[in-house]
Amino acid sequence: MATDPGGLITRPAVRVRDLHRRFSANGGVLNGLDLDIAPGEFVALIGRSGTGKSTLLRALAGLDRDIAGHGEIEVPEAVSVVFQDSRLLPWKRILDNVVLGLREPDAAQRGRTALDEVGLAGRERSWPFQLSGGEQQRASLARSLVREPQLLLADEPFGALDALTRIRMHKLLRKLCEAHQPAVLLVTHDVDEAIALADRVIVLDAGVVRADVPVDPAGRSRTELRTFLLEELGVEKENR
Amino acid sequence: MTILETRPRVARPDVRVVRRRLGPGHRIPYAFWIGPILLLAVWSAGSATGLISPAILTAPWDVVVAFGEQWTDHDLLGNILSSLHRAALGLGFGIAAGGVLAVVSGLSRLGESLIDGPIQIKRSVPTLALIPLFIAWFGIGQEMKIVTIALISLVPIYIHTHNGLRGIDGRYAELAETIGIGRGEFVRHIVLPGALPGFLLGMRFAVTSSLLGLVVVEQYNATAGIGHMITLAEQYGQTDVIVVGLVIYGVFGYCADSAVRLVGRKVLAWRRTLED
Ligand SMILES: Nc1ncnc2c1ncn2[C@@H]1O[C@H](COP(=O)(O)OP(=O)(O)O)[C@@H](O)[C@H]1O
Ligand SMILES: [Mg+2]
Repeated sequence: MATDPGGLITRPAVRVRDLHRRFSANGGVLNGLDLDIAPGEFVALIGRSGTGKSTLLRALAGLDRDIAGHGEIEVPEAVSVVFQDSRLLPWKRILDNVVLGLREPDAAQRGRTALDEVGLAGRERSWPFQLSGGEQQRASLARSLVREPQLLLADEPFGALDALTRIRMHKLLRKLCEAHQPAVLLVTHDVDEAIALADRVIVLDAGVVRADVPVDPAGRSRTELRTFLLEELGVEKENR
Repeated sequence: MTILETRPRVARPDVRVVRRRLGPGHRIPYAFWIGPILLLAVWSAGSATGLISPAILTAPWDVVVAFGEQWTDHDLLGNILSSLHRAALGLGFGIAAGGVLAVVSGLSRLGESLIDGPIQIKRSVPTLALIPLFIAWFGIGQEMKIVTIALISLVPIYIHTHNGLRGIDGRYAELAETIGIGRGEFVRHIVLPGALPGFLLGMRFAVTSSLLGLVVVEQYNATAGIGHMITLAEQYGQTDVIVVGLVIYGVFGYCADSAVRLVGRKVLAWRRTLED
């Protein structure tokens, strides 16, 4: 069970209780999952492939209305999702993609600022196909940030990027999250990515939270944490 | 002051494998005209050498003469304009109706159940076979002609727009849900642009269908129009005038189709396809 990290009695940004989701009659994907995320907290969710990470994320994003299950979900008003694919509309220029659906009169200006923040100033009028994979993913990050979300949900957003680009994206994401302070739930299959980015790492297994550990400079060392998480994931010693 | 370039003038050629291009390659300048001009050349050569006798197909220069006669003596321009007017009106109604029906039926299950069936049924009944019925309903005047052309051009617009719309990647709809846009914006920003390639393909069919409709409806009691001109020429056995009419139809169709493709290239600049 998650503890209140600051010891304050603030309402969590995300509160999930006893969440069940199943795709077929014979087995649940999520089996009574509990989860709290404090405002501004960065949580990484790891787990083996097929353990229901995406299912949980889609439940939090409200994208699973056709899926059987029950449970309690409280999420903030402003939720934004970053998908594994950048999901830019190919027929809209980058800036139009970023400000899609914004009604404020200063939307274009804010869109430009967001593109500048992710290092894409000057690419406002490019078509998505003219951007590299990493640039597309940065544009989709800008699209999320310009909405000033209280909760940012990201499902393996860097999974398709090369190692070098991924490291750059980590720095960028950390910087942006410090500036904008959303609560973040980042799904990843990469233990190192989880440790590098998150305040807390959650291991999902068989549809429940199997481990929930803080990434605390004062606590366990990173190496110890890594070993522990890999063990929790069931990775054999010789493969580490 | 000039700086001398020290690099050798002939650089060593790249040592690498140049792959064979599998797409159609670069655009050929004036490609638009090459096919038709070749066709005209073959026609001219055939007529000049006597391989194509005038009884089978009038020579191009005789068609030009007939064109001039029709222009000065029989108000050819009036005929052309009156045909264009009919085709444009019918096509306009057909496009509007086909597009709206496709969007309604594409976005709502109820709409689909109401609209899709009748249109598929309508598809299998040749519109031209419906003309006697339309004459009974709308009379033999302009109305019947425009309704017929509209119905003929509606079908391809509906089919291709509907198909394009249903083919839009569902992940974009999911994205639209996560950024919380309304139904209207969803249609404007995702459905319409996503269905545009299909719509433009439908347009190409619709444009030629409308000309087909034009040929037929103008045989009924028209007082002006290219079809009217052809019907008269048929009665007097003027092959050259018939060919003038056919050439005009051909030019209409070709220009309209090229216009649609040109517009398509402009508005689909976001796509990277073999076309480019
Ligand atoms: N739309 C679906 N229909 C049927 N089964 C699904 C669907 N989506 C996911 N599943 C199943 O649910 C389980 C969890 O999937 P998912 O949440 O995508 O896992 P991951 O942790 O890799 O993101 C998997 O066994 C998967 O096969
Ligand atoms: Mg997944």
